[in-house]
Amino acid sequence: MKRNLFWLAIALLAAAVYFGLLVTIGDQYLHADLSLGLPVVARTLVAFLGGLAAIVILLIADDFSNLSRPKALGIAGVVFLLIGSYFGLFVAPPEQFMGETQRIMYVHVPTAWFALVAMTLAFAAAVVFLFGGDHDWDARMEASIEVGVVLAFLLCCQGAIWAKPTWGVWWDWDPRLTTTAVLLFAFLGILALRKFVDDPHRRAMWSAVATIIAYVDVPIVYFSVKWWNSLHQQQSNPNTVSKPFWIPLRANAFGILLLMTAFIMLRARISALRLKHELAPPPPLDDAELGEAI
Amino acid sequence: MDTKPTASAQSRRKTRLFMIGAFLVAATAFVVISAGGINKNLVYYWTPTDLHAAGDKAYGATIRLGGMVAPKSVRGRTGTSGLEFDVKDATGIVHVKSSGVPPQMFRENIGVVVEGTMTRSGYFQCNRLMVSHNNEYRAPKSGHKMSKDELQKLMRTTEGLKD
Repeated sequence: MKRNLFWLAIALLAAAVYFGLLVTIGDQYLHADLSLGLPVVARTLVAFLGGLAAIVILLIADDFSNLSRPKALGIAGVVFLLIGSYFGLFVAPPEQFMGETQRIMYVHVPTAWFALVAMTLAFAAAVVFLFGGDHDWDARMEASIEVGVVLAFLLCCQGAIWAKPTWGVWWDWDPRLTTTAVLLFAFLGILALRKFVDDPHRRAMWSAVATIIAYVDVPIVYFSVKWWNSLHQQQSNPNTVSKPFWIPLRANAFGILLLMTAFIMLRARISALRLKHELAPPPPLDDAELGEAI
Repeated sequence: MDTKPTASAQSRRKTRLFMIGAFLVAATAFVVISAGGINKNLVYYWTPTDLHAAGDKAYGATIRLGGMVAPKSVRGRTGTSGLEFDVKDATGIVHVKSSGVPPQMFRENIGVVVEGTMTRSGYFQCNRLMVSHNNEYRAPKSGHKMSKDELQKLMRTTEGLKD
């Protein structure tokens, strides 16, 4: 179902990968100008918006009937991660001051981006559910929260591993770190809340409300490094990152994007099946059980 | 699909009311945090200027001081305790004595956050030294992969901690 939308998303992803990654690879290693005359700002916009639009379309178009699509997306994600890891570990030079330690950036930064994207998808799904009452969006919300929580947990672990050799400490109550921990535990709490509510409609409604409120922390995480003095550095941008570092960063970003989308699609399918099972009438007792009951 | 609960018009109106309520709570929380007093009351570290401005409040309590390591102010050997240096910002400077081992990244002109107490003798006694990195990531100047020896040499020359 909804084949055209699926292929539209794939076309957007292809454009994003072309302008976000292949142009940079051509520029850095093939001495070829693949930019098709597009200025760097336009290329970045295509990569950024194309990638995000593709995720949204894939989730809207997914009616949980097709298993091969999320599988294919997940495999593509692993391929991108392998490419990114190869460039990140063996091709890109070490950073001038941090040396080899800086390579953690190639997983840490994409993980951060998509942890926040997953929470944003959960927020959007919560709004759509509350507006229309369609439980498919409750399934997508639960899936996005769960994937977002896993990414946020990985984010904190990677951050600690990077912080020890760079800052000298595993953890500190810096605004960025604290708000990220709050994000992790708030959404973990929503997953726990869902386990305590038996009525599917109430469960969906309450966890959607909680998701909208917990989502307040996402912009706070983003702005924490601008609003407060912090140990964590501010956001980098292409001007503050040398070009040889762009390729592993972007390849891994596409890898995590695809993996995240695949996992959300698969996890939403599980949620939808569970709900179907919950609402199905109990199976009739067979004769043996009836005999025992009597 | 047929077993999905179908929301009646009444329950749909109810969920929409919940949505509006959730948005109100979320928006209020966001405005309070971003524009309200929390911004000023929640301070991760003081700059040297803040510390001087605080006067008597700076003494005795455990505080964090953040700024840049002033050039040519580092005394004491790398990797040992008994390190001394100055932390400065645009307008202030504070002398720091540290008892811990500094992180590898520690050098002149790098951001630091030190935790400890301001003493009456006019220096900051630090018992936790953290180095902060800025948002710049640069390849070594040649643009090619460096050998280990080259990298170590570069690290040594940029640390500013020669004996």
